[in-house]
Amino acid sequence: MTTDLAKHDPEAPEPLVPDALELEGEARIEGRTPLQLAWAKLRRDKVAMVSLVVIVIIIVLALAAPLVASIVGHGPDDQYRQAGLTPAGLPKPPTGQFIMGTDDLGRDLFVRVIYGSRISLLVGVLSTLIAVAVGVVIGIVAGYFGGIVDTVLARLIDTVLSIPFLLAAIAIVSISGPSLTVTVIVIAFFSWSSVARIVRGQVLSIREREYVEAARSLGASDRRIMFVDILPNVLAPVIVYTTLLIPISIVSEATLSFLGLGVPPPTATWGGMLDGSLNYYRVAYWYLLFPGLALLITTLAFNLFGDGVRDAFDPRSDRLFATESETEDEKK
Amino acid sequence: MKATDDAVAPLLEVTDVRKHFPIGRRPLFGGAQPVLKAVDGVSLAVRPGETLGLVGETGCGKSTLARCMVRLYDLTSGSVNFNGSDISTLSRGDLRPLRREMQVMFQDPYGSLNPRRRVGSIIGDPFTIHGVAEGDERKRKVQDLMELVGLNPEHYNRFPAEFSGGQRQRIGIARALALNPKLVVCDEPVSALDVSIQAQVINLLAELQERLDLTYVFISHDLSVVRHVSDRIAVMYLGKIVEIAGVDDLHDHTRHPYTQALLSAVPSADPDAVAARERIVLTGDLPSPANPPTGCRFHPRCPKAQQICVTDDPELVSRLGDVAVHQVACHFPLADGELLTVSKPAIADIDPDLGFDATAAAKGTSS
Repeated sequence: MTTDLAKHDPEAPEPLVPDALELEGEARIEGRTPLQLAWAKLRRDKVAMVSLVVIVIIIVLALAAPLVASIVGHGPDDQYRQAGLTPAGLPKPPTGQFIMGTDDLGRDLFVRVIYGSRISLLVGVLSTLIAVAVGVVIGIVAGYFGGIVDTVLARLIDTVLSIPFLLAAIAIVSISGPSLTVTVIVIAFFSWSSVARIVRGQVLSIREREYVEAARSLGASDRRIMFVDILPNVLAPVIVYTTLLIPISIVSEATLSFLGLGVPPPTATWGGMLDGSLNYYRVAYWYLLFPGLALLITTLAFNLFGDGVRDAFDPRSDRLFATESETEDEKK
Repeated sequence: MKATDDAVAPLLEVTDVRKHFPIGRRPLFGGAQPVLKAVDGVSLAVRPGETLGLVGETGCGKSTLARCMVRLYDLTSGSVNFNGSDISTLSRGDLRPLRREMQVMFQDPYGSLNPRRRVGSIIGDPFTIHGVAEGDERKRKVQDLMELVGLNPEHYNRFPAEFSGGQRQRIGIARALALNPKLVVCDEPVSALDVSIQAQVINLLAELQERLDLTYVFISHDLSVVRHVSDRIAVMYLGKIVEIAGVDDLHDHTRHPYTQALLSAVPSADPDAVAARERIVLTGDLPSPANPPTGCRFHPRCPKAQQICVTDDPELVSRLGDVAVHQVACHFPLADGELLTVSKPAIADIDPDLGFDATAAAKGTSS
């Protein structure tokens, strides 16, 4: 579509192509950041935009969970032994009163699914943020300093990557006892290493660039070089990986809760509900179906959105908005 | 031409500087770490206000020497004196205040600017790092600098990708000059630019030198550029300086065979001069700096080499009654008017270490 010149040199300036095609009319003095370019690209990605809308709806529902509960009139932990259970003491199918049916204790499944999203999002986002923060710092430090620092940190990364998640999680939780905090920490602990590895690889190539040397010749401190000069240049893969790590963390949380190692009952979690449904799914399909659907829709939305983000940052997926130096390393 | 007399104390003085890079792995049992001798015993002085040109072919150690001068590299041995104080062993923290006085301009106008940061913040970096100016004051200073180097100050918020190569090099100049340094080491500042842009940038550098009283170390592999800007020129070959002299001296009284070969390769716009001059094409490649030839490093390629060149390393001194500042490292320097007529190496030197048969190579190229 655009000139072939850009193909020869990925570092070549993109001479005002976005300008000319964006048709913003007036001359723009302010350059657009790669983030802005990526966002412009993302906005035209229908799948990603639909996923984003779904994610926003889930977040709004999670935030408004108490409101939903008060509208429906059922708390998440309220047990309706009379109205919510059949005479035989089994869960009730979806009705006007309980629109997703009830669980084995006569609780409103709809309200619990909504409340479950709070835990999923909280754990998913929180543990991802911790993992990314730790991973970025360790990755930059390892890549920038190299030598013995790098050797030690790289081995540490490899070691963490080689620990089996579930076995270690079971061991840790059986010592500490299950809680929200432990769940977040356990998931973060097993996620930071892949972020660190990606960042380290990028930094290894970036630290040899002349602008890093230029910063050093100006007398910039190591910390300044790492976080002012290098960090912005590894941000793109980090953002991509962050959006893909959130659904993974959500599933991990569900897995832990399913095994009784996550957030302990009676707190409503999707994994916990799936666990509870196992004894009843023959007679009460809704008990299994709705928490499962909620989990599926959430992770799917995050994953599709993450794919969109990745494409938006990938200069090769669309020459028109090629951002500058998303290097080959990213794909590897 | 500016003052080149010895009375003035040098601004920068490097003495017997060596920079060896480790290559490959250290042998497991015994044996020393193999090293690449990028710079191997260089001494020179730069006087305040002058421009010292540094020429040599690719891979001869020019850029490494430049980075040693400003202590971007730690030295293997030797010393660097800047403004009267020894900086060769200072730690990075101790060097920081000195960074205000010596700056580097880099070769690649694309690689030396951070693509993710706005031009204003790139040029303003020196102010932030050294705590000179903040906020609006910083912005004003940056815009003054942009105007000084011929950039539109309104482009403050643009990214480097939105500028052309020449403009980017101006950004690099603005950044280097931000703190009003005494010494600017220009590492091939124009070799990545078009010829027409080269002239603009060189003229800008000359103009700024005049206005701001700068001292330049100007590195290039392009002898015609160096000749245009420099007061003195040092010619490097394989990690050593082979000849150093004032520009006119070097040109009119060329002493080192390598210098003459280099000079003869400079394209000329005058067809008569081209016809009158025989171009000396050296045979063979630049030997590996990991395993340099013995004695004079140029001997495997030198048409005048004799046995002593293989065994003895010539000192860099004034020879043939030249002025003291014209020094050459050659056992058999060229007399005035003497021209190299053959370009074949004089010595059939089969060096088992190099695995390189100079005579065979010479035959190969002549046939």
